[in-house]
Amino acid sequence: MSDTIESVSALIIEKLLANPKVPRDIDGNCKIMEDLAFDSLAVMNFVMEVEDTLDVSVPLDKLADIRTINDLAACIVDLKNKG
Amino acid sequence: MTSLFAKFNGTASALGALVEAGGRNPFGVVIEKPLSSTVGLIEGRETLLFGTNNYLGLSQSARAIKAAQDAVAHYGVGTTGSRIANGTQSLHRKLETQIAAYFKRRDAMVFSTGYQANLGMISTLVGKDDYLILDADSHASIYDGSRLSPAQVIRFRHNDADDLHKRLKRLDGTPGAKLVVVEGIYSMTGNVAPIAEMAQVKRETGSYLLVDEAHSFGVMGERGLGVAEAAGVEADVDFVVGTFSKSLGTVGGYCVSDHPELEFVRLNCRPYMFTASLPPEVIAATMAALQDMEAHPELRTQLMDNAARLHAGFHRIGLNASRQVSPVIAVTLEEMGQAIVMWNRLLELGVYVNLSVPPATPDHRPLLRCSVMATHTPAQIDQAIDIFRQAGLDAGVLNASVA
Repeated sequence: MSDTIESVSALIIEKLLANPKVPRDIDGNCKIMEDLAFDSLAVMNFVMEVEDTLDVSVPLDKLADIRTINDLAACIVDLKNKG
Repeated sequence: MTSLFAKFNGTASALGALVEAGGRNPFGVVIEKPLSSTVGLIEGRETLLFGTNNYLGLSQSARAIKAAQDAVAHYGVGTTGSRIANGTQSLHRKLETQIAAYFKRRDAMVFSTGYQANLGMISTLVGKDDYLILDADSHASIYDGSRLSPAQVIRFRHNDADDLHKRLKRLDGTPGAKLVVVEGIYSMTGNVAPIAEMAQVKRETGSYLLVDEAHSFGVMGERGLGVAEAAGVEADVDFVVGTFSKSLGTVGGYCVSDHPELEFVRLNCRPYMFTASLPPEVIAATMAALQDMEAHPELRTQLMDNAARLHAGFHRIGLNASRQVSPVIAVTLEEMGQAIVMWNRLLELGVYVNLSVPPATPDHRPLLRCSVMATHTPAQIDQAIDIFRQAGLDAGVLNASVA
C-alpha cells in the first residue's frame, strides 16, 4: 500500500487549498472545524471529495474522532490498509 | 465557571442578526388561528399559507374533525403510556391494519411522530456490522437515526444512483447487511428521488431499501402511495416510512413492510417502546383522513395542477425556483440579506412561506421554501405569485425590467 499519512495529508491540503476561502498557511495539524471554519455539513461534503479521489469510504462515526487534517489522513490510511 | 449556555452564543448572535435585519423572528411565526386550510391569521392579518406541508388540506377535514370528536367522547384524550409497557388500544391496531392494507403490505408499525418513525426504524434495523447508506441530503430524522444506530454510516451524493452503486461496490466482500435510505420528495428542495434507478442498484447489490415517503405520500402515485408507486417499483422497497402530519393533516408516523420480522422490530425499537402512543382522537382523525384521501383522488390532481401553476409563475417572473414540479417548491437566493428582506416582505404582503437557512439547506444558500395545497384556488396561487414578484423587487432579488 503506497498511501502514507504524509502523502494523504498532502493530498487533503492540496484539495483544501483549491477552495479560495481556506487560509493559505494550513498544515497537517490544523483543526478542520475550528481553524478552517467548516461546519459539520461542509466537513462531510469535503470528506466525500477525498473519498472519491482515494476510492475509500469513511464511515460517519469515524468522523467524530477526527479533529485535524492529519487525523483524517491517518483514518483514511487505516481504512485503506484494512480494505 | 464555564457557562452551560456558551455553546449557544453562535445561535444567539445569528438569530439576533436575523431579527435585527428583518424585524421579526422567522422561526417564531405565530398562526393565531387557521381560517381555512389555506388562510391563517398572522399578526392580525389574513395570510395565505404556503408553508404548512398540509398538501391535501386535510388538517381541516370535516370527516376527520368529527371522527376526533367522537373518539374523545368514547375513549378519552390520551393513552398515558407506551404500547409495549402499558398496552395497545384497539384503535392502534385498527390504524395499523388500515395503513398496511392501503399500501397492500403485510403489516404496519405506527409511531407517535414521523421523526420517531425514521429514528426508530433506522436505528433498530441495522446492527454493529451492518452498513447504512444514506443520501447526503437526508432529513435530520434519518441522520439522527443513524447516530443512534451502531452501524457504519456512509453517505452518497444526493439523488445519484451511480454514486450509490460505487459506494456499495466499495463494500463488496465486507460482512454485514446494507440498508439504503432515500426520501421520495426531499423536504427542503422538492427534489424527487430517481427511485427506479435506486431500486435497480438495490437489486444488483443485494441491499435492502428503505424509502421515506413523508412528503410524497398522498402526493405521488395513482393511489398516493408515493414515488415508488409512481415509478412502479414498490416491490423493491423493503420498508416504507412516512408521516401522518403532512398529507393526512394529523400527527404520527408509520412503517409498512412485507417482512414478517417487523413484529420483532417492535420489541427492539427504543423510539417506539419508550414513548407514549398516539392518543385516540389523533388515530381516529388519521383513519378518517385516510378515507378522505382514498375517496378523493382528484385532490392529487388539483395539488399537482396547483404546484405546476406556482412553479410556472415563479419561473415567469424570474425567480430561481426548483427545477422539478412538486408540491415543495424552493426559491434559492444568493445571500442571507436578500432572503431575510424578501421573507419579511412576503409576510407583510400576506404570504407565509418557510425561510430555510444554511446549514439546513443543501448548498449554503438560503431558500424560501413553499408548500402547495390541493385546496389553494387558482386565484390564491396567482395572488401569491404577484406578492412574490413585489417582495422580490423590494428585496432586490428581481429586476423591474425583467419581472
